Amino acid sequence: MAAPLHTRAAGLDRTLFLVVPAALFMLLVFVYPFLYGLMLSFTPTEGGALANYIKFFTTDNLWPTIGTTLKLAMPATLINVGLAIPIAYQMRRKSPYQKWVTTILVVPITLGTVLIAEGMLTYFGPRGWLSQTLQFFHLYEGPIRLTHNYWGVLISLIISGFPFVFLLILSYITGIDPVLARAAATLGADPWQQFKQIYWPLLIPGIAMAFCLAFVQAFSVFPSAVLLGAPQGPTRVISIAAYEAAFEQYDYSLASAIAMLMGFVQLIIVAFVLGMRRVFYRGPVTGGKG
Amino acid sequence: MKQDFSQLRLDKVTRRFAAAGAQSIAALDNMTLTVERGEFIALLGPSGCGKSTALNCIAGLLALSDGSICLDEERIDILPPEKRGFGMVFQNYALFPHMTVRRNIGFGLLMRGESSADIERKVEAVVRLVQLQGHEDKLPGQLSGGQQQRVAIARAIVIEPPLVLMDEPLSNLDAKLRLEMRAEIRRIHRELGRTTIYVTHDQDEALSLADRIVVIKDGRVQQIAPPAEIYGQPANLDVARFMGYRNVLSLDVASQADGRAQLSSPGLRLQGMIKQPLGAKAAAAIRPEELIVGDGPNAIDGKIENVEYSGRDSLLDVITPAGIRLHVRSVVHPAVGAQVRLSVPPERVLVYPAESNQ
Ligand SMILES: Nc1ncnc2c1ncn2[C@@H]1O[C@H](COP(=O)(O)OP(=O)(O)O)[C@@H](O)[C@H]1O
Ligand SMILES: [Mg+2]
Repeated sequence: MAAPLHTRAAGLDRTLFLVVPAALFMLLVFVYPFLYGLMLSFTPTEGGALANYIKFFTTDNLWPTIGTTLKLAMPATLINVGLAIPIAYQMRRKSPYQKWVTTILVVPITLGTVLIAEGMLTYFGPRGWLSQTLQFFHLYEGPIRLTHNYWGVLISLIISGFPFVFLLILSYITGIDPVLARAAATLGADPWQQFKQIYWPLLIPGIAMAFCLAFVQAFSVFPSAVLLGAPQGPTRVISIAAYEAAFEQYDYSLASAIAMLMGFVQLIIVAFVLGMRRVFYRGPVTGGKG
Repeated sequence: MKQDFSQLRLDKVTRRFAAAGAQSIAALDNMTLTVERGEFIALLGPSGCGKSTALNCIAGLLALSDGSICLDEERIDILPPEKRGFGMVFQNYALFPHMTVRRNIGFGLLMRGESSADIERKVEAVVRLVQLQGHEDKLPGQLSGGQQQRVAIARAIVIEPPLVLMDEPLSNLDAKLRLEMRAEIRRIHRELGRTTIYVTHDQDEALSLADRIVVIKDGRVQQIAPPAEIYGQPANLDVARFMGYRNVLSLDVASQADGRAQLSSPGLRLQGMIKQPLGAKAAAAIRPEELIVGDGPNAIDGKIENVEYSGRDSLLDVITPAGIRLHVRSVVHPAVGAQVRLSVPPERVLVYPAESNQ
């Protein structure tokens, strides 16, 4: 569809005023706090402007949190995206099961991280159902440790992050005109080639977007890292460090610096992934004149 | 995948779709058709009559509910589309938006595992055939509708399929381009010497392109015949209406003999050719261009009610004293309100049994 050609020669398009509330809202709850935090991070309680950042990178229980968080967020995001693509691809056609499967997969979104953590503690814990079932059938005799460690947090990130990634990718896949795959089939493409040659290249931009959003979400993990992890050890993520600085040491300036670094790492990853996207085709995903 | 064949046979091909209330309706009902190698077949019918369903069944994009499709001795309706190897041109082209023209056209060859040198050579040849030189490295989004159409055709024929299927390939083009591409499609069909099945709702397109036309209505085949026969001797009233017999008069059958019928209604007597066995009531179908202004056989008197001037001739609305409205295409242009006498040779009045709901 062509954009309307007529534009008002003089004066402002009045629909522009519709963005004013949103702009004000952004200014008040996002831009201002962000700038305030940025300023705060450069005005430490003692030392020069960069003291907080120097402290972060020289303190042994602070700088490794970046790695710890990446080690949780990256696999969780990759697993979620990797699982969501084939499942969403299978769900792309309207079918009687589609509604049911989608509903079941999406339920965790409604639960919230804390509830999921509670459930996981009873299910995956050393005396939980999973452990008892495995022992009852003599499938695995040793103690099962899936809570209060790295794995507990990872599993919870997967459970809480998956629905979101799945819905996003499903919407991208269903947006691709199925007649393209049919055309490919008449040209000799078997189902695998139809996916590889048609769906996959058209999906990459959407997958990159889903990856970024899921990653940012996973990177700021907090409740499950505390409830299901080992917050002093292997799951001491960056948000825990920020929390401790702010509410245990009352050093808001340091906490702000940590938050800024957290945002910076996210920004780098997102910029990298979206930059990669440029390499691929981006444009309409239908095949011709509508 | 067959390189070529001598006969494609559709036997009682039926496709039903689930409709509201657990019922199912047959979008295509018992279609039986034999296509000989080299033929250009047009499937013609109004929108929604089941043409695309028929084509998709042949291509393998829709499973049959009943019946069978055979290529010579081999049954093909059980094969997936990628195993049939027919070329298909879709109504909205279905070009791959992320591939250049070159890659779009070469796609089928790539899937067949041909070497890149062969692909390049064949793509180049077909690009010349559809006159797309210079556009090879553009994306489909950068092409005009007519060029996209050519890419779609090139992509379907470059694999040298034994059968090319086209689903209303010209319906998205403007009138001038449509005429050009029509000639193009006929030329390409001739040059390839392969078999084409072409779906359209446009009578002119079907008449000018096809060797044989299959007229479909409500999922059922109405008539299979060469264009001249479809045009001059429609098998039933529905085909007649669709082929431009705009005047359909219902009359009583007075007498019939030697394939001719005498028809009458208050204030009107007509003689015409019997096309189907008649009962007591009949419908007479006459083309607007076959009614002549002036005296002659089958004279009908009336008054001009409306004149629609269209250059060389005019479309006249004539109303008889009994209130029957007739459409007449005429090179004389009488004034509105004038009394005229119309006539039509009996050979050009086609008589069918009256429709039951009238
Ligand atoms: N996937 C489908 N599900 C249900 N009904 C369908 C489907 N495809 C086609 N139909 C119905 O079958 C009939 C014939 O459709 P189609 O073959 O597309 O018509 P045409 O191509 O002649 O315009 C129509 O009434 C249409 O509504
Ligand atoms: Mg159609």
